[in-house]
Amino acid sequence: MKYPNALHKFVRLGVLLAIGTTGLFTPLSQAQLVVDVTGAGSARLPIAIADFSGERVIGSALTSVVRADLERSGLFKLIDAPTPVGAGDTPPYADLKTRGADALLGGTVTASSDGRYETRLTLSDVPKQASIAAQTYGHTSAQLRATAHRISDFVYSKLTGEQGIFSTRIAYIVKLGGRYELQIADADGGNSQSALASNESIISPAWSPDGSKLAYVSFEAKKPVIYVHDLATGRRHVAANFKGSNSAPAWSPDGLQLAVVLTKDGGSQIFLVGADGSGLRRLATSASIDTEPRFSPDGGSIYFSSDRGGSPQIYRISVTGGQAERITFEGSYNVSPRLSPDGKSMAYITRVGGLFHVALMDLASKQVTILTDSAKDESPSFAPNGRMIVYATEVNGKGVLAAVSVDGRVKQRLSSALAADVREPAWAPFNR
Amino acid sequence: MRNIYLISAITVLLAACGSQPPAPEQTPAEVKTSTPTDVVVTKPVVNVVPQPTFDAMSVAALKDPRSPLSKRMVYFDLDSYVVKDEFQSTLAAHSKFLAANAKMKMLIQGNSDERGSREYNLALAQKRADAVKKSLALMGAKEDQMEAVSLGEEKPVCTDQNEECWSKNRRGEMLYNGEY
Repeated sequence: MKYPNALHKFVRLGVLLAIGTTGLFTPLSQAQLVVDVTGAGSARLPIAIADFSGERVIGSALTSVVRADLERSGLFKLIDAPTPVGAGDTPPYADLKTRGADALLGGTVTASSDGRYETRLTLSDVPKQASIAAQTYGHTSAQLRATAHRISDFVYSKLTGEQGIFSTRIAYIVKLGGRYELQIADADGGNSQSALASNESIISPAWSPDGSKLAYVSFEAKKPVIYVHDLATGRRHVAANFKGSNSAPAWSPDGLQLAVVLTKDGGSQIFLVGADGSGLRRLATSASIDTEPRFSPDGGSIYFSSDRGGSPQIYRISVTGGQAERITFEGSYNVSPRLSPDGKSMAYITRVGGLFHVALMDLASKQVTILTDSAKDESPSFAPNGRMIVYATEVNGKGVLAAVSVDGRVKQRLSSALAADVREPAWAPFNR
Repeated sequence: MRNIYLISAITVLLAACGSQPPAPEQTPAEVKTSTPTDVVVTKPVVNVVPQPTFDAMSVAALKDPRSPLSKRMVYFDLDSYVVKDEFQSTLAAHSKFLAANAKMKMLIQGNSDERGSREYNLALAQKRADAVKKSLALMGAKEDQMEAVSLGEEKPVCTDQNEECWSKNRRGEMLYNGEY
């Protein structure tokens, strides 16, 4: 196969985040976010997703989502397939080649007696006229969207060699008027659910490494308190509620600890605490602001923002404490460090000429790339495969989410049809 | 020109009132006093009315516009939590008041503008509240009379997208018991 290298510089987030207008603890009326793809990869892989044979209605529900997933990723160019292609069929290679397709996905959907369906797939290399991979999924009609995202992940991983993120989720905060909601949606925006609604602000949602819990800061007690919320049961507990402010929770990679910021002893200082709220210990001591801690993926160090050097900059300290090392030097405002899943790079927010952008630093070379040209970017969050960064920004005074590929080429914007602000995105880990 | 608008406004109001049983006669007068042209008339009137004297150390002084205690805001520069000299006199007055009124408590709320990191702003606004508290303590207020909290960027007083508005949000606000 000779697929363009650019494909490996992945991307994606098909988001159609559904957001809710709110009513405190009442069901939300929903309105979808509109996705605008504002940039695409330089070399997109031409792929034909043929209509599936067999159960046509089920098949077309699947292919429409797969086509949308792949197209929005900015890495694929959709080519029309002339006829349905079943899983075992010989594809019309000559025709597909004329149309410019390099790959073809065909499939067959079969109904079984218990109301379930079996969807078999064949992925083919058009120039080589050969089948590359096959896969079979059993599912119900209620699982069509989830199955389609798994199909997109299958196609993506076979053609790029990397794990897809079409089946992942994103948590974010919606603000409408004086109401705040913590919501979770599939990465394509479908299936949005509210985990918490409040009349006071909610900030800094952070996924536990296994994706089962969210830590966040809620102002519902008229001051910032850190909660850990189990998503399956809807139950939550206080992880930190000390005198003063409790904020900026970050999970250790083993999911047992949280790094938190407390003002209980004066100033904003970083502490480590068990995820159950036990065993508090102070990590570092400074007379300055220390905040926004994040564990490195190996769990050995913590990156944080501090103004100890006179302006807000990013530092790193061992989880055992000791001397902090300064990481950012360019500019007078570098905050919100987020480590890539492989630990090799760091996304953060930098201020240049009064404008706030998403920047990416290669930690080995310290080389910095500014990925965005918007003015008020905040809260970057890596996709679990490390290829995209979702962040909050502002368009016409309204909070929206946007995503950019780590090579800066693919850009998407997710804006609400409502007057609601969407902010504080956190991309969930793989594995649900 | 303005008078034409005023007359039409009154006409509209009267017409609206006409359908309701007791037409309040004050309505046109209210419309009139709210027009800019009448500011000139009303202002001297306020100044002429003799005001009762007030005790600078009394609770009543907290809300009296003639007292420095009615000033509750301390504004900060971008990224900064240094209390500027122009606020020293206000802080001195509050410090003196707290020292003279041991039972009074103060809540100091730190705030930031909306730009940049929400968490960093929460910490920055805490520093601003702490700085106000420290200034007051240095000038005589007791530590246990004051609490400094941060609202970060969550409670802006102004939501426009310009420096004038952002500078109003970069503030420490002093509230006395009963006011929060």
